[in-house]
This record gives sequence, structure tokens and C-alpha cells, in this order.
Amino acid sequence: MMQLMTAAAPATRHVRASWIVEFYRSAIGKKAVMAITGAFLFGWIFLHMAGNLKVYTGAEHYNAYAQFLITMGAPLLPNKGALILVRTLLLIAVWFHIQAATQLTIMNRKARPVGYGERDFVAGTYAARTMRWGGVIILLFVIYHIGHLTFGKLHPDYIEGDVYHNFVTGFQVWWASAIYIIANLALGMHLYHGLWSMFNSLGLNHARFNAWKRAFATGFALVVTLANISFPIAVLTGFLH
Amino acid sequence: MTLDSKIPPGPIDKKWEYAKAHYKLVNPANKRKYDVIVVGAGLAGAAAAASMAELGYNVHCFVYHDSPRRAHSIAAQGGINAAKNYQNDGDSIYRLFYDTVKGGDYRSRESNVYRLAELSVNIIDQAVAQGVPFAREYGGLLENRSFGGVQVSRTFYARGQTGQQLLLGAFQALERQIGLGRVKMYPRHEMLDVVLVDGQAKGIVTRNLVSGTITSYAADAVVLATGGYANVFYLSTNAKASNATAIWRAYRRGAYFANPCYTQIHPTCIPQSGDFQSKLTLMSESLRNDGRIWVPKVAGDARRPDQIPEAERDYYLERKYPSFGNLAPRDIASRGAKEVCDEGRGVGPGGRGVYLDFADAIKRLGRNVIEERYGNLFEMYADITAENPYEVPMRIYPAPHYTMGGLWVDYNLMSNIPGLYVGGEANFSDHGANRLGASALMQGLADGYFVLPVTIGDYLAGQLGKKVSADRPEFKQTQAEVEERIGKLVNAKGKRSVDSFHKALGNIMWERCGMARTAEGLKSAIADIRVLREQYWRDVRVLGTNEEPNQALEKAGRVADFFDLGELMCIDALQREESAGGHFRVEYQTAEGEAKRNDDDFLYVSAWQFKGDNAAPELHKEPLVYEEVKLATRSYK
Amino acid sequence: MDLTLQVWRQASRTADGKFVTYDAKGISPDASFLEMLDVVNEELTERGEQPIHFEHDCREGICGSCGMMINGVAHGPIGGTATCQLHMRHFKDGDNIRVEPWRARAFPIIKDLIVDRSPLDQIIQAGGYISVNTGSAIEANTLPIPKPVQEHAMDAAECIQCGACVAQCPNGAAQLFTSAKVSHLGLLPQGQPERYDRVIRMVEVMEEHFGSCTMYGECEAVCPKEISIDFIARMNRDYLAAKFKNRKEAGG
Repeated sequence: MMQLMTAAAPATRHVRASWIVEFYRSAIGKKAVMAITGAFLFGWIFLHMAGNLKVYTGAEHYNAYAQFLITMGAPLLPNKGALILVRTLLLIAVWFHIQAATQLTIMNRKARPVGYGERDFVAGTYAARTMRWGGVIILLFVIYHIGHLTFGKLHPDYIEGDVYHNFVTGFQVWWASAIYIIANLALGMHLYHGLWSMFNSLGLNHARFNAWKRAFATGFALVVTLANISFPIAVLTGFLH
Repeated sequence: MTLDSKIPPGPIDKKWEYAKAHYKLVNPANKRKYDVIVVGAGLAGAAAAASMAELGYNVHCFVYHDSPRRAHSIAAQGGINAAKNYQNDGDSIYRLFYDTVKGGDYRSRESNVYRLAELSVNIIDQAVAQGVPFAREYGGLLENRSFGGVQVSRTFYARGQTGQQLLLGAFQALERQIGLGRVKMYPRHEMLDVVLVDGQAKGIVTRNLVSGTITSYAADAVVLATGGYANVFYLSTNAKASNATAIWRAYRRGAYFANPCYTQIHPTCIPQSGDFQSKLTLMSESLRNDGRIWVPKVAGDARRPDQIPEAERDYYLERKYPSFGNLAPRDIASRGAKEVCDEGRGVGPGGRGVYLDFADAIKRLGRNVIEERYGNLFEMYADITAENPYEVPMRIYPAPHYTMGGLWVDYNLMSNIPGLYVGGEANFSDHGANRLGASALMQGLADGYFVLPVTIGDYLAGQLGKKVSADRPEFKQTQAEVEERIGKLVNAKGKRSVDSFHKALGNIMWERCGMARTAEGLKSAIADIRVLREQYWRDVRVLGTNEEPNQALEKAGRVADFFDLGELMCIDALQREESAGGHFRVEYQTAEGEAKRNDDDFLYVSAWQFKGDNAAPELHKEPLVYEEVKLATRSYK
Repeated sequence: MDLTLQVWRQASRTADGKFVTYDAKGISPDASFLEMLDVVNEELTERGEQPIHFEHDCREGICGSCGMMINGVAHGPIGGTATCQLHMRHFKDGDNIRVEPWRARAFPIIKDLIVDRSPLDQIIQAGGYISVNTGSAIEANTLPIPKPVQEHAMDAAECIQCGACVAQCPNGAAQLFTSAKVSHLGLLPQGQPERYDRVIRMVEVMEEHFGSCTMYGECEAVCPKEISIDFIARMNRDYLAAKFKNRKEAGG
């Protein structure tokens, strides 16, 4: 009879799976995974951009830096070992970032099967509203970029090991440069919203630091975008040759 | 039938204890065998439904809203009284009891009011435990303020949204029981009749507001917590859907309607701005702590307020009531405003308004202090009127706000129909002829949390094995009558909209059964209501059918009941040849124009019994016996 | 003032709907948006057309019944306002106003501008409460609550459950609503014992019905009670903590 009188805690609705599966199944969990993979990808993008700034110090330095990336971790790791490790992690991060984004997008589309005859945005920034298409543009660009400067398949005059040459001759094609500029503007917008909202997805919120989140996102989005766009422009204007 | 109020024996502070010790109990194992219907989920209904479910009863809760969290309790701003004496200012249960009896102008039942004061302290504990974020001092303890013309600080509040926060507490408790499967919720269901089997309340008939389906539900007891009837005036501070249909249908089935004429007109509402006006908005009467009320001395003075010199202003409340001044009780302040407007000295569109001026307070305290105290109210006023109250005096006018009358109940909150319980504003019990500020929330929650769940067991204990099914002929009969009535409304196919009739009724009620009433006015009102009602059934236009969502049909049924209720209010007001609290008969006033009670002839609750559509209702009198409080004339001079 | 309205009319949940154009003539700028619709409805009734159905009750901006998309924005152009408190003086004579119901899978249309918002109640049923039976409460002042905490909890507790956040969110998400209740109760000491269970249970039900949060900030901008999206971050934090914390050790 006592069961009648005392409230049992109501059961949650799902059949329980392992906690990590449960976690990733939830939208909040997926957002957390997107935030963590996004942060990792951003860290890599930032280092990638910083490393490429070496191009301004001349062909010799730049090629040496490329060589360093190949031998990085020696003698503990074999040649390209670190690079392969990092690329594997990147692939995993990209996979989860895109998978989570896709599943969430499907969930969100289902949440409003019939749209409005008219709708207006009152707060959502252009960047926030273009995260999905921006992401698609970035993905296509990354594929092109790897084919272009990493493997040279899409490059008019690719010389294995001479990254400075590949860099300059690659950007001398005006439309290739245009692709880079457009893609990096998209990346900048993606970062502008993503770097800000990842804090919220992870629940990192503090009245005193909230204003800094916006500054952080804006600052890094600007730095990465401007630096990356400078490369094709520097080639097209003949500053790098 | 004699009215047995079932007041427990013993000294006043031991009556509730005595009653609880002598109620029959229901075996815990048997509680789940009982079905209880609760109609309404405001403070009283949600609290009762949740608490009864916690005890183990099967509760079925019906609301016409989409969610139980929308009941009009949500709109209460000011606060809730409790005799906690946290401020060490001499408050006590007895003092709260005394203030409430006096505030009610000695027309309430002592034993009920004492129990209310006793339970007030438990309500605060319960609400805080539920997470109601009451205002706090910097030390983290609960803050109080003084409210509604009493001399102690006993009012607990939550940022001008006290009603909402208390309702959310009760709502959350109710939702928990729904989640646990112990309350079955029926949202968008309107109760249209109560079903009696062998003289006992055994169920209700409802209309599903989405499909139009009319259904009967059987239970072992029925609790009505369906709020008040101030919308009989059309323009009131009540929510648009607030209505009297549930209690009126119960009245027609034999439940007595007590003190229908006791209505409260709240003094600080925003005046009407045009014919399109659909409701009136109340502003917390705490504004009267710093605002000064005035009108021009000369009728028809059309100057802007800042161009009327001090000497040509009449601060009439300060003039007539030097000791309470602008803080005089609600009924007195409201009547004052009506009088000056009737003299042609009112301000604003239509001359129906008086100034509530903060210029002096701003000069004395600074704009910042005023902003801190009343910022949100000033903002609301500015939103609605497009005037800046920091620069131009506010305009206020009284508006119907609360109805003290309701179904007659005994000490156990059971009506004269066995098994039919009534809680909150829907009953008549605790406020007498006038309700003090911050007392409505207290009463709703006391009834819901602490009284009904206990007293209902006393009745249910005798009902074991007497369950009825909704297939019985009594249900079929009642349901057929409901359907017939709906058919009449849908098929009237007249020319006038429901709202236009409601406005006309409201006008009659406001002018003749509002703040000041005369025998002559009431008689003509009764005659006019009858004519209008007759037109209504002939000429009302309800488009569409029953079998669909139909807001015009919903309104049509409610307004039809308001006609009948309005008539009874006038009959009751006519019968009560005295002035008491919210009921002011012009013929019965002192030389200074104050309400003149007549304790020799009218120290009773008038409880009206329905005798048929074409017969006069019968008056039953429950004598009021004052053992604790000495009858005195209220004085706020 | 004279206005032209385009109002979504739909007879029932399953019927097809469409925008219908109405003239609203001689509207007072002091009327509220709903009172403007009242005037139109009186005219429709006179013409023998069924009035426009819309949900409303208190008309004081506190019950949360009313709500419609007005020119593509939930509760219309003025922030921090429910539809009932939106006054016509914010429009211009001759304006064309489009009025549409909330749209979300979880909010099916019942008729015209009325939608079914019951999934919001289901979220509360899942855990939006503190489990305390009537009578078992402790004395109110034995549990001091710092004033800033109480004020912050109150900021969240002001939610009126109107559903504007869902309606305005491009994802049809109910994060602002859910996080307001999670935060209101989770901030208070009384709410601690169930804090982590509560957030998990409420989020599960929320995600059955609604979309996910992309931090557009649209919800905050249209919320009649101006509830901050910071509460969403707070809910995320509680949810992550609930998943990763050893709650037997951490308490709660």
C-alpha cells in the first residue's frame, strides 16, 4: 500500500543504452560534440593559417616548414607519422561535425514541416542563418583545396615537395584564387557564429565573461579570414611571386 | 431546508483542529477507488487536484484553457497575506483574522476566516518549498510589505506577479501528478452542467471545445473551483473567458447562491479609452502609497492637469478621510471616484477618470525611488495609454474586479448539495462584503491545499461502494438538456452578436448594480435584464455549428448565464436594505455619505434557491454569529 | 486608422487553410491588436462570416494564451510584448498586416490562429516541478536564499508559456521555454535534489517534439518576458553535468 502513498520517481522514456550512445543520441549531446569537434577544427585551422604566414618569409623558410611537418615527431614517429595522425583526427572530427549537423538539421526541418507565409528575423545574424550552407561550401572547398595544394591533382603545375612553387603558381590562376577568397569569407562567417555558440553548447556561460565570447569569436574569425585571404591576394597582386 | 453551516464546536482557535480530529477517514488502500472531479485549475482547483492526487484519490481535472497554467489567478499582482509575523510588528493569526472580518464589513463567517488565517502560514511554507521565488531581503530571508490598508507588513510578493508564481507552484504540483498518472487532465473542456443522482453530485457534463462533443463524466464527488463572475459587467479586470456557468448550472440544480450582490470594484484601474475596449487593466493599489488622487474643483474644467493650480484641485480622499487619505479601503476609494465623476469633475475621455498624481512624490523622493518602486506599473500604464506618468498624472477609474459572493458552502466547503464542493472565488465564504488586498490568493490556496483535500474525505468515507455510472438516466437526461440548450443558441440565427448583448447587459449592471445602487435603479435593472434576455434568445447570432471549435458559441452560453446571474445580483441587492462593503445602497448612508450597515436586520448570509425559470428564487438566511469580534462601524476617517 | 489584414483561416486541424484579406476600418490607435481583431470579428459576424478564432484570455500579457505571427514576427514588431499588449499606435494608417498562427509540428493548428501547445505541458510533466507533497514543507525561513539568486530564478520563472520562442525559432526549438523552467528550479536550493534528473527528463521530452538550438537568439528577441538565452547555456551545462557527473558522489 505504501507505493500508493509515496511518489516513485517517474521513469525516463527511452530504453537505456550505453551512456555515451545516449548522450550522442540527444540533440544537446550532438551540439556538445559539434562544439568540441568544431573547437578542434578551429585550432587546426588557426595553426594552419599561422604556419602559412611563413610564406611571407620566402620560399626557403616556407619549404623548410613544410618539410618539418613531414618529419615532425621524429625520431619517435616515422616520416609523416604526426601528419597522418593529425589528418586522421581531423577526418574523425569532420565526420562527427557533419554527421551531427546533418542529423540536427533533419530534426529541425521536421520540427516545422509547414513554414510561414512570411517570416522576419529580429535577432538571428546572417552568419547564424547561413551556418548550414556555409558548412557545405566549406566542405566542398576543403575537398578542392586538398586536391589542389595537398595532392596536386587539381593543380596546373604541381611539384611534389616545392610547396612555395605550388602556392604561387596555384594562386596565379585567378578563378582558383577567387574560390579561396569566397570560401574563406564563408569560413569567417562560420567561425563568427560557431566560435560564439560553441560556448553556449558546452554550457560555458558566465555573466562576467559573456561579452568576451563575442569578442573572441569576432577577433579570431577576422584574423583567420584576413590572413587566409591575404595569400591569394598577395599572389595576384604580384607581392608573392 | 435549513442551512447547516457545520461549524465545529469549541473555541475559535481550536475549531479546525477539532474538525480534523473528527472527520471520517478513508483507508489509504481505498482512496484509489474514488474518483473526484475538479473543475477549474486556478489556485484553488490546481492545488486541490494535486493535493487530492497526492493523497491517492483518482482525480479528473477539467479546464476550458489549453493548459491549467492559464487560469486568471495568474493575473494577481500585489501579493499574498500570511500571519508569519516575520517583521515582529505585532502580527498574529488573530490579527489577520480580525482584519479580514473587519475588512469584510462584518458579513463573513468567523470560523472560516479564522481557519483561513491559521492556514495562511502553511501556504507560504508550501509555496516556498515548491520553488515560488518570493522577494527576499539581502540576508536571504523572506521580505514583506504592507498592503491594502492594514497596519502590519504581512504581504509576501514576487515582483508584481505573485499570482502567476503561486499558480505556477500549484500548476507544477498538478503537472507532477499528471505525469505520475494520478490526475487525468481534460484541457479545452467546459463544464456545462452538474449531474445529481439521488440528490448527490455525481458527475458533470462537458463540451469538448475542439470537437464540440458533449460528454458525461461520473465521479464520487465534484469540486467546483471556477472563479468569480465579475464579467457580468462585461468590462472588468477579469480574463475574457472568466465566467459563472459552472456555478450557475449548479445553482439551477439546487445549490444555493450566496450574497451575489457583493462585488468588489477596484479603484486603481486604467480608464476605458473607447467603445472597442474589451477589458480593463488593473494596476496594483500599492500605487496609492505615493500617488495623490485629485480632480478639478470645478466641473467641466478642461485645462491640462499641469495648468490647474493647487488651489483649484480637490484631493477628495485626503479631504474626506484625513487619517487614511489616499489609502482608504477599495470600496471607499472607488465610490469616491464615482461621486466626483458623477458631479462632472472627472477627467480624460468621457469624464470617467480621476488623476493619480506622483508629482509630489517625485519631488520628495526623486524619480529614481519612484521608478524603483513602481517602474513596471508605470511602464504598463505608458504602454496602454501612450502617456508618460512621470510627467503627466495617471488617470484611473474603478473597475469590477472580484466577486465576494458565490455558491453557499458550509465549514467543510461543501454546498447544500451533498458531494458538491466549492473552493476559491467560486464560493462565498471568507471575504464577507468586501475583500482586503492580498487575501484572494490566500483563500484560493487555503481551500485548495489544506481544506478541500481533508474535508472531502469525510464525505467520501460514506460513499464506498456507491459508485454510479455515466450510463444512468440522470446523466442522459442532463446531457440531453445541455444539448438542447446549445441547439437553441446555434439555431437562434438572429442578428446581434453575443458581444453586443453582453455589452448591453454590462451597461445595465454597471450603472444600476455597480458602485452605488438604489431600489428604483435595481427594479428597473431587473425589468431591463428580462427584456434583454428575451431578445437574446430570439435574436442572438451564433455562426457555425456545435461540432467545431466555436468561440461565439462558447461565449453565447456564458452570456446567457450572466443574464440570469445579473438578475439575481439585482434581486439580492434590492433585498439587502443596508450598505455593507462592496454593496452600497444610496438610501442607506450616513449624513457624511458613508455606508450604513444594519446589523439588526441584515446580519445574515443571503442564500438563494433556484425555483424555476419563471419563479422568484427563494431566500434562505444563514445568521452570522459573532462570538470573537465585536461588531463595530468601520471607520477610516 | 484603416488597415488591410491578411489572416490565415483554417477551419480545423485537417482542413486546408489560406490567407484571407480583410479590411479593418476606423481602428483606434489606442486599441490593442486583439481589440482590433474584435472589431473585425464583429463586422464578420454581421456579414454572416464566422469570426476569426484566436486564443486569448487575460489581455494583460500574463496568461500566455494569445500569440500570433504578425508580419512574420511572433507577437509583432514591439519586443517584450505579448500580442494582447501590442497597441495599434505602433502601426501606420494604411498598413498591410499579415497574421499567421504559430507553426511547428508540435503545435498543430486547431482553428484559424489557435494551435495546440500541449507538448509544453508535457515537458513540465516530465520534471518541471519540485516534488513536495502538500503538508510536508519545512518552515519557509529555515532556508535562506541569497537575494541575487532569488532574483535570477525569478527572471526565469517569469515565462508565460506562450510558445513564441518555438514559433519564432527557425528550428522550431523549445529550448528557451525548457531552460527557463530548468533554471528557475535548478537555481533554488529547494530544487537541488532533483536538479540533474529533472534536466534529463525534461530535455528528453523536449527533444521528442521540438528542434534543436542553433543560438540564433530569435527566441529571446520575441519573448514577452525577455527571458535571456543565457538560460539555454545553463541548461546545456546542467545536462552535460547530469550525463558526466557521478551524481551519487556529487549530490543531486
